[in-house]
Amino acid sequence: MSTEAMDVPKGFSFDLCRRNEMLTKKGLKSPGYLKTGTTIVGLIFENGVILGADTRATEGPIVADKNCEKIHYMAPNIYCCGAGTAADTEAVTDNISSQLKLHRYHTGRESRVVTALTLLKSHLFRYQGHVSAALVLGGVDVTGPHLHTIYPHGSTDTLPYATMGSGSLAAMAIFESEYREGLTRDEGVNLVTKAICSGIFNDLGSGSNVDVCVITKGKKEYLRNHLTPNPRTYISSKGYTFSKKTEVLLTKITPLKELVNVVQVGGDAMEE
Amino acid sequence: MVSSQNESNLLSSEGDSQRTQYPYVTGTSVIGIKYKDGILMAADMGGSYGSTIRYKSVERLKQVGKHSLIGASGEISDFQEILRYLDELILHDNMWDDGNSLGPKEVHNYLTRVMYNRRNKFDPLWNSLVLGGVKNGQKYLGSVSMIGVHFEDDHVATGFGNHLARPILREEWREDLTFEEGVKLLEKCMRNLLYRDRSAVNKMQIAKITEEGLTISEPYSLKTFWNFAAFKNPTVGAEGSW
Repeated sequence: MSTEAMDVPKGFSFDLCRRNEMLTKKGLKSPGYLKTGTTIVGLIFENGVILGADTRATEGPIVADKNCEKIHYMAPNIYCCGAGTAADTEAVTDNISSQLKLHRYHTGRESRVVTALTLLKSHLFRYQGHVSAALVLGGVDVTGPHLHTIYPHGSTDTLPYATMGSGSLAAMAIFESEYREGLTRDEGVNLVTKAICSGIFNDLGSGSNVDVCVITKGKKEYLRNHLTPNPRTYISSKGYTFSKKTEVLLTKITPLKELVNVVQVGGDAMEE
Repeated sequence: MVSSQNESNLLSSEGDSQRTQYPYVTGTSVIGIKYKDGILMAADMGGSYGSTIRYKSVERLKQVGKHSLIGASGEISDFQEILRYLDELILHDNMWDDGNSLGPKEVHNYLTRVMYNRRNKFDPLWNSLVLGGVKNGQKYLGSVSMIGVHFEDDHVATGFGNHLARPILREEWREDLTFEEGVKLLEKCMRNLLYRDRSAVNKMQIAKITEEGLTISEPYSLKTFWNFAAFKNPTVGAEGSW
């Protein structure tokens, strides 16, 4: 290890970006990103917030994951849907989720949605749009229900209903024509499901199933695969049989306790 | 766009510049649906010059002959040219004086050929057209794009209407819509476009064509709703936030 004082550079290092640009100019085909061409939505109903998302993850023209989870946990009372590059949405929500937990330990209070909002938008702004994450953040805290959209460059909006992703126009068409204030829980869930289905069936980047998350004061319901409108149509009724099973020639079980002597000498077994 | 760059290198010199590269004055979406008695079509009356809404009384729905109705989005001057071609077509058809008249299917086919042949010469008419009509009790609704893509369907939309109106039409269109229901459905789609398309204006016309004939409504506006609590007070619970 070098003994000189190392100046850790702060912020995003753009060196590799220059290298990548040079390589692209020379003709290197850059690897595709795993994008969640997506439909994500959120709406505020009378008692809280409902978030919805489809479950298709695409890598160019191929469906990489038929049933991925796009509604990410941020805090017990806050969830976040993510569209854009899958790694970016996953990493950024995980990061801010742990920051929120540390903050909860520090303050002894329930996290607020605006806290998550500010942490996310500062992070994304710092990376100047290179972190390709478009988020719909929703939750209920002491100040009431909140719903926000966050764009990759760091701008945010506070809205009664919001959609993001490639299927956002299809979903927004449903919201704009049918959203009212003061929806009940069931009406809200139905509207969210309808909007996601509109994205699933009218947008090529979205598909498979509908995930829904209902957040109210003190309670949350994560309805994974609330609706599965794309079941596998043709399944062989006979099932699949394999002619030759794997033969078991020998069974030998060695309990590990016999191999290691565990000696407890009083005090903490871990103290060493 | 990319193709025109290539062909300007391959083909002749600077002097040959009579090709359409980009549109100037454009109209936004047109939506058409079949209903019980015929065809309903809606379009707003805006003509945008880039990002300015320059003209607010552009009629983008026009009658063609006895049986058809055309709606156009895209370059307005190219639409006016298309209307002149159609005028000549209908005139020659009338001159035959044989009791027969061109129906919507024939006009649609003619438009497809015109658009496709212009595109092949790298000089497209920069429009997306919706052609609808009723002849001998048969309803017909079709669409042609500027590159010659054409098809016939129960409900069509151009431009932004493809993204915002078609999901609604796919959910809610039925074979036996009455006139009132059809108008309500079109207004629902147009309201959506008014909220979410930046080049939409709140002044629209709806045209109806049936076996009896064609009526294009007077221009009117849609009511919009802006009174959501989150719009009026977005920073409730977080004073000083934005």
